[in-house]
Amino acid sequence: MALAALRREGRRFAPMISPRPITALRSSPLAPSLEDEGPIGVRYISTQVVRNRMKSVKNIQKITKAMKMVAASKLRAIQTKAENSRGLWQPFTALLGDLPSADVKKNVVVTISSDKGLCGGINSTSVKISKGLHKLNSGPEKETKYVILGEKAKAQLIRDSKKDIELIITELQKNPLNYTQVSVLADEILKNVEYDALRIVFNKFYSVVSFVPTVSTVLSPEIVEREAESGGKLGDLDSYEVEGGETKGEILQNLAEFQFSCVMFNAVLENACSEQGARMSAMDSSSRNAGDMLDRLTLTYNRTRQASITTELIEIISGASALEG
Amino acid sequence: MLRRASMLLARRPILAARARPFSTDLPAAPSADATFTEAWTKVIPNMDPPKTPLSFMQPRPPTPSSIPSKLTVNFVLPYASELATKEFANPCYDLIPVFKHSILSLFLLIVPATTGQMGVLPGHVATIAELKPGVLSVHEGSEVTKYFVSSGFVFIHANSFADIIAVEAVPLDRLDVNLVQKGLAEFTSKLSSATTDLEKAEAQIGIDVHSALNSALTG
Repeated sequence: MALAALRREGRRFAPMISPRPITALRSSPLAPSLEDEGPIGVRYISTQVVRNRMKSVKNIQKITKAMKMVAASKLRAIQTKAENSRGLWQPFTALLGDLPSADVKKNVVVTISSDKGLCGGINSTSVKISKGLHKLNSGPEKETKYVILGEKAKAQLIRDSKKDIELIITELQKNPLNYTQVSVLADEILKNVEYDALRIVFNKFYSVVSFVPTVSTVLSPEIVEREAESGGKLGDLDSYEVEGGETKGEILQNLAEFQFSCVMFNAVLENACSEQGARMSAMDSSSRNAGDMLDRLTLTYNRTRQASITTELIEIISGASALEG
Repeated sequence: MLRRASMLLARRPILAARARPFSTDLPAAPSADATFTEAWTKVIPNMDPPKTPLSFMQPRPPTPSSIPSKLTVNFVLPYASELATKEFANPCYDLIPVFKHSILSLFLLIVPATTGQMGVLPGHVATIAELKPGVLSVHEGSEVTKYFVSSGFVFIHANSFADIIAVEAVPLDRLDVNLVQKGLAEFTSKLSSATTDLEKAEAQIGIDVHSALNSALTG
């Protein structure tokens, strides 16, 4: 009866034990082989493959954890700068108001994105919003052009809107961000691109887990005059006396350029913060996933190991009992 | 996967309860441009419209009918807010005539506009002025704080709010006289050796700034 029970056990593990010729065929391409060869006619699954996978998953977990720490430290450094720059654009909005719905002929969408990847979905959101603005401002006699900051948006927009791209600027964060660099950049954009309205698309940094896509509008002086004359939000712009020897037009021109550089500075800093924050949360979830995967693999590894031990035991016992009986 | 989704969902209300950590960004008056949001939802119904700066603005007081007695000054630089909505009351307006004080506590703000030094008191007419390199001084009672400002703009609103936006501003005691003299000499020589218009303009700007620095330190 014991023998019958053992035979039953043997039959349960039968799928693992297959005739020799197939073993010989299969074992050669795989080294270390999936099916090891023990005593003649016996095969049990090796744990080598599972062990390799576990090693690689553990390495991935370490790397993503390290990336999260790096992103956290970079975020700390740049967060104070971003907070300090928040007061910069408020006076302009207080004076000129905010008119994202102004109807203009030449729209320029400035998309700010990151150069490096692995930062979650923030670049895709910026690109989607830019494309949305393009669609919103499309119509007869209206055109929308793109100015792209950052590799990631370039990769996405170059695919379908190649003819609409005016300027591409990358490697912005090679040196720490400062106002001089951004003002030079703003100068370049203003020189090379004709615009009636500039719409800057970026991710505003609320907190480490929350980034809000935002669009800031800077209108050219002619449009500002037009809106001021037609009344509405900019209506009381005329009530402001303009000091200065030059005409009001020149002052407004300087004002528009200054506003653009200030808003760009804030936008670039906020986007950088959002990038680091998004990278932190992406790497965090990645390390957690790797941890889960490692747990599952460990269970599989242990099961396989135990199964092979059991098979060995059974074979030894059945062999011994065959000798006895 | 489902476990994580439920964890995230459980985490969100806790974050919302902790509220925004940056008080500078509290949307106290969350007004958004209605026409923009409507147009957006019509054309792109699947996405939420992006936020605009209006929803992040700190609210400004409305224009009062009489001359206000307070001037609120906002002095911002790209790297910091030197004076963030600091209120300066001009007590001489509500002083009892019997007040026997030899020094009249006064608030005065002097900005270096392109047309010269401009004084700002509460109730100043609404103005937009461009700044040239010079000294900005804040007279608060008997204390005077002086900054050297490189350039920028000053907006004085009708509701007695003054916004000064400058690119660089340093307190005068941080300036080194020798370096200023050296810079002035350097730019004067550059101007004489300049060939193109651009170089001439750059040298001229350098001279302007350094001579302003010089007069600020000596005068």
